[in-house]
Amino acid sequence: MNAPFPLGAHSDALCVQPLSAKTTELVRVVVVGSVDDGKSSLIGRLLYECDGLYDDQIACIRKRSVDGVLDFSLFTDGLLAEREQGITIDVAYRYFSTRERKVIVADTPGHVQYTRNMATGASTADAVVILVDARLGVLAQTRRHAFIAALLGIPHVAVAINKIDLVDDAHAVFARLSAEVRAFTSALGFRSAQAFPVSALRGDNIVHPSPQTPWHDGATILSWLNALPLRAGVDDAPLRFAVQAVLRPTLDYRGYAGTVSAGTVRPGDDVLVMPSGLRTEVAAIDTFDGPKDAVRAPAAVVLRLRDDVDVARGDMIASIERPPQRRSSFDADLVWFGDAPLLTGHRYLLKHTTRRVSAHVEVLRHRYDLETLGTEPASSLAQNDIGRVRLVCSRPLVVDPYTVDRSTGAFILIDRHSNDTVAAGMIAALDDEERDSSWRSDVEAHERSARLGHRGLVFLVDDEGAGRALERRLFDEGAHTALCDDVDDAAVLAGAGLVAVLVARGAQRRCAGREALEQRGVSVVDEDAGWRPR
Amino acid sequence: MSTKDHLDVLEAEAIGILRETTAEMAKPVLLYSIGKDSQVLLHLARKAFHPAALPFPLLHVDTTWKFREMIAFRDAFAARHGLQLLVHTNEAAVREGINPIDSSSQKYTTAMKTQALLQALALHGFDAAFGGARRDEEKSRAKERVFSFRDRLGQWEPRRQRPELWNLWNGRVDEGESMRVFPLSNWTELDVWHYVRRESIPVVPLYFAKVRPVVARNGTLIMVDDERLRLRLGERIEARRVRFRTLGCYPLSGALLSDAATVDDVIAEMSASRVSERQGRLIDHDEEGSMESKKREGYF
Ligand SMILES: Nc1nc2c(ncn2[C@@H]2O[C@H](COP(=O)(O)OP(=O)(O)OP(=O)(O)O)[C@@H](O)[C@H]2O)c(=O)[nH]1
Ligand SMILES: [Mg+2]
Repeated sequence: MNAPFPLGAHSDALCVQPLSAKTTELVRVVVVGSVDDGKSSLIGRLLYECDGLYDDQIACIRKRSVDGVLDFSLFTDGLLAEREQGITIDVAYRYFSTRERKVIVADTPGHVQYTRNMATGASTADAVVILVDARLGVLAQTRRHAFIAALLGIPHVAVAINKIDLVDDAHAVFARLSAEVRAFTSALGFRSAQAFPVSALRGDNIVHPSPQTPWHDGATILSWLNALPLRAGVDDAPLRFAVQAVLRPTLDYRGYAGTVSAGTVRPGDDVLVMPSGLRTEVAAIDTFDGPKDAVRAPAAVVLRLRDDVDVARGDMIASIERPPQRRSSFDADLVWFGDAPLLTGHRYLLKHTTRRVSAHVEVLRHRYDLETLGTEPASSLAQNDIGRVRLVCSRPLVVDPYTVDRSTGAFILIDRHSNDTVAAGMIAALDDEERDSSWRSDVEAHERSARLGHRGLVFLVDDEGAGRALERRLFDEGAHTALCDDVDDAAVLAGAGLVAVLVARGAQRRCAGREALEQRGVSVVDEDAGWRPR
Repeated sequence: MSTKDHLDVLEAEAIGILRETTAEMAKPVLLYSIGKDSQVLLHLARKAFHPAALPFPLLHVDTTWKFREMIAFRDAFAARHGLQLLVHTNEAAVREGINPIDSSSQKYTTAMKTQALLQALALHGFDAAFGGARRDEEKSRAKERVFSFRDRLGQWEPRRQRPELWNLWNGRVDEGESMRVFPLSNWTELDVWHYVRRESIPVVPLYFAKVRPVVARNGTLIMVDDERLRLRLGERIEARRVRFRTLGCYPLSGALLSDAATVDDVIAEMSASRVSERQGRLIDHDEEGSMESKKREGYF
């Protein structure tokens, strides 16, 4: 299956690791396309010709080669199962440096079964190389990958028409296929697109311009990588800073640890704390290396604020002029990874910035048809389907549309039983107004307890059986009860004045649950504490 | 204000990972192997929580065969910075006499490293363990997630890794399961050295060339660090100017003939090097795929 490669000239002059301390930019590029189009081989070739490989690594691959010729796909296909089957299963990350840049290249699997791994490699990319086999043209997977890359907001695309060594009239084939792919990619809205006739086998137009393609303009995958405009518009983005932790090393120090994910921040800046909406001023930017006058994304720092406002993990410190929005429901595109299909109404965990809430899909608006790029009605999303949904969260999130800011527009859905990540989500354009504000109530807690005969609180138990038994007992004793297995639900139920029995398996989860509830001012009682409704 | 150096980007990413793990996991620990990667990881961890103290302890899995200079460095460094250091050894395996000279390297690694690590994690109930492993080290590492899920037996299942998008880490585990977390995933060996230089991070002096007593064995120079390394027939101790590119158990660490005595020299020497750092680690030579099998069993 694996066609052998003749050994190309091994250049050492072209791209060397920089020794000087000069600034080297980081570029993340992902290589996608259908099965066997030559993604792994192209990356192997790129590494080989950019001196991204050591002699012992090359020797190791050479040992496995036939007649002294190298199989370049073996440089990235690092799992035993991959080498046995001759396909890529999971994404591999490889690293090399050019004169200007440090490149992280993600080799992704073409097989549809492993689309989730392709999305993993693509989610952080600045640029994407879409491979097409010159003999086979654009396939269903080519379209799926291009679609996902566009959805993930990768701005720049290179279309590599590979295996041109295998077709007769390479020029005509290249012209036809690159036109076809570019029609497709421009419909998907990439910011820039450029096509290359390549052969991973011969090394054509990957690092060196190929004498075999005199009709091509001489650009190579490497020259494209070096010329990508990377930080256009990044510096004047509005500030986004998700709070990861509150640091209180001494009684009079309170700092908020987090990462400036967009924009710039300086002491003295007026900022908004979300979702509370309080305004304050940045008092100082603290780091291990001392206070800073200004920092810009990405930077992990500690912010101190002028006023003693209440800020917790999961909150966002943001620009006042261009603030993010508070929403507990919004439209989003989902790429579904779960083995089980998406269930509307089912509670998933949603992780967005540093906030974790419970969420469900209220409406599945449509599924995308990757053949036509149109949409079609659907009742569910199966594994690898992509669709537009309306999501409802148990608590508000602080969001931007994904196309405006990846860091505040992206989220994942987690299945609360298997703990698997079942979907990648990208927030779509936002409606004008927050629809539901039911989380803010005019009824006071004491009014509720006066009517119900007890105050709202949460019992923590270890398993479902115990939970059911406890709820029965409490109910029989006259309490207004509810049973749940989600911290957010428990908080809402207790907020409504009920006695919520929360099933949290395992000591660690109970401990985390207790902490989260107490942080939100909910009383938590241990099962055996002998509480009785009065 | 246009370009941002890649080391700044990598630093921010790693600090974000350290903080996120600490917030989401019940009981994290930092696996501290005393090597350059551990030093960088520890430096980043101190940065992540400054001005607060480190919110987790360090764990050193001691095989009892580390270079003496490593142990001395470890103790001095931990004391100077007031770090909480746990040390664990697989005592049963020591009593059984398993050692890196007479035992097969597979048996030795399983007992003194993999089993020892799993024992220590279980003993303290850690549900997340930070490691300084990098994806550029080895081909199966290149496939591993930043948050790498381990089942109740500490095993890695490469065919069922969770999708990992953006920097939205999913650290959810059930009782007994755990995460290995690799904040340096995207760093290369050269990035580590550039960062050591930029941040003036102290590292064990064994990384720098000095005249040391070595013996040539199976084509490798082994440093004679104590009397347990018995000379074989025809072997003799020579004084050579050597340094180490990676550090581990001294009988398994190959020395390089080198004049690189400073961080700058090391960077220059490494930029010109044509061999990978694995070359000097004797346990990694076994078989193609041996790292993958070790990791499946719970190795770091
Ligand atoms: N003739 C020729 N063969 C090639 C070229 N590039 C790749 N191949 C062959 O195509 C086959 C598939 O190559 P891979 O690099 O494994 O393809 P891939 O896209 O990584 O495949 P998956 O990761 O499984 O999706 C191998 O047999 C390669 O040797 C090329 O430019 N010319
Ligand atoms: Mg491949």
